[in-house]
Amino acid sequence: MEAPITSEPATAAPVTTGSSPAFDRRAPWRLHPGVAVRPEPFGALLYHYGTRRLTFVKDPTLLRVLQSLEGSSSVDAAMVAGEVPPESRTRYAAAIERLAATDMLLPYDAPTGTEHPKGHP
Amino acid sequence: MSATAPPRGNRLTDQFEAGLDAPICLTWELTYACNLACSHCLSSSGRRDPRELSTEQCKAIIDEFAAMQVFYVNIGGGEPTVRPDFWELVDHATTSGVGVKFSTNGYGITPEVAERLAGSDYVDVQISLDGATEAVNDAVRGVGSYRLALQAMGHLQAAGFRGFKISVVATRHNIPQLDDFQRLADDHDAQLRITRLRPSGRGADVWSDLHPLALQQRELYDWLVVNGDNVLTGDSFFHLSAYGESLPGLNLCGAGRVVCLIDPVGDVYACPFAIHDTFLAGNVIADGSFATVWRDSELFTELRSPQSGGACTSCEFYDSCRGGCMAAKFFTGLPLDGPDPECVRGFGEDALAERDAARPVPRPSADHSRPSRARPGLPRLPVLSAGPPQATAPAAGPPVKPCAEDPLAGFA
Repeated sequence: MEAPITSEPATAAPVTTGSSPAFDRRAPWRLHPGVAVRPEPFGALLYHYGTRRLTFVKDPTLLRVLQSLEGSSSVDAAMVAGEVPPESRTRYAAAIERLAATDMLLPYDAPTGTEHPKGHP
Repeated sequence: MSATAPPRGNRLTDQFEAGLDAPICLTWELTYACNLACSHCLSSSGRRDPRELSTEQCKAIIDEFAAMQVFYVNIGGGEPTVRPDFWELVDHATTSGVGVKFSTNGYGITPEVAERLAGSDYVDVQISLDGATEAVNDAVRGVGSYRLALQAMGHLQAAGFRGFKISVVATRHNIPQLDDFQRLADDHDAQLRITRLRPSGRGADVWSDLHPLALQQRELYDWLVVNGDNVLTGDSFFHLSAYGESLPGLNLCGAGRVVCLIDPVGDVYACPFAIHDTFLAGNVIADGSFATVWRDSELFTELRSPQSGGACTSCEFYDSCRGGCMAAKFFTGLPLDGPDPECVRGFGEDALAERDAARPVPRPSADHSRPSRARPGLPRLPVLSAGPPQATAPAAGPPVKPCAEDPLAGFA
């Protein structure tokens, strides 16, 4: 099965934050405020203005999950809201974790003061 | 990228080849005016076109980008910073949520400008440099251009702008310097970007002498395979994928499908390397809007339909190189459904040798070069030093004559 996201290294800058927060799918997450989402027939394009990373979400279901993060108490809850079949949740959770690892997502209560794309203090 | 490829037709690249409602990114040459006269300039820049879009027209286009959710625009020229309203337009874009990455030879990057740029999350800067040494760079970009670029890089670094781009067009003379470019980037907290030399604009005149030799293409490919993860390529070397491993990137020609070019007068071309009537899709003013051209132009509709790979279809590498670059073929007089002139299997060289001498090679549709350009590669005008920031300069300049020789005519 194809991974539901692809990061585009040709337009990507290295992620500048030193350490990603530990990923916990039982916790609430949200899109990084510096990320724009453009829905497309194949899923969506995500662009992070801070890291300049362009990511292709190759799956409308994953887009629904991302859109459900806000207002969900956990990633698991967002997957339920996004109608991810139970047998696919591990795969989708892995995709969400990859998005978290590239700063596309933040823990819900993370301060927004981390938007220093160029590494400025 | 993915573990297994889904059936043909559902791959992301197939979707992209069918086109998107809005470009992923686009290039906008804001002006043909330039303080330099690089021998390989894609847009044959030098003199300002007197019909250049006004500040208000530019802002309206930016508003369209915002509405279409174009994430960022690559602004170039000419030298875009010579437009007195350049910073005003950058501010308009960034406050509208449209990121800006602009290419400059360093002209407008004063210490004060560098400070401002370092403070913005939505602006990225690309300094053009085509040699890791003054001799190699200035032979192509003109006397003084190396020092101008290095000065701008120094200002950006001093201002704390991390991760700006050093943009290199790969040539026969600088491929031996790949490691030196990487060091230069590392030393400046910058990121290296290497793109392909196209026979477009004035590049048509020098391509035969400057384009990498076959062995150098292999050297470049091997270097990118090892070092490419942190090097940007603008997806321009997908024709090298036929050596084996795909290079990072989409590996497809995005012309009219996911990218396009807007020129200083609002003409929309399929890609930045195809400024020719054959690839002209429309005009943002004459056709009413950019969106109209992007979505409805005949040319783009055609480019988004399945393309014929011609003789290349039977090649075992066709799926990775897709026949290479349309513009490179066009401006070397090769058929669009045949091999790329730099086909790694050598079919391009054969095709070049077999070209019908009676059939003229297409020339760029317009030439904005300054008439004083006596010979390509040897600009006679002094390179202008970085001027003061011009953020508050008046928007509209006085009308200029089409034949004005000063690249800054109308900008004073």
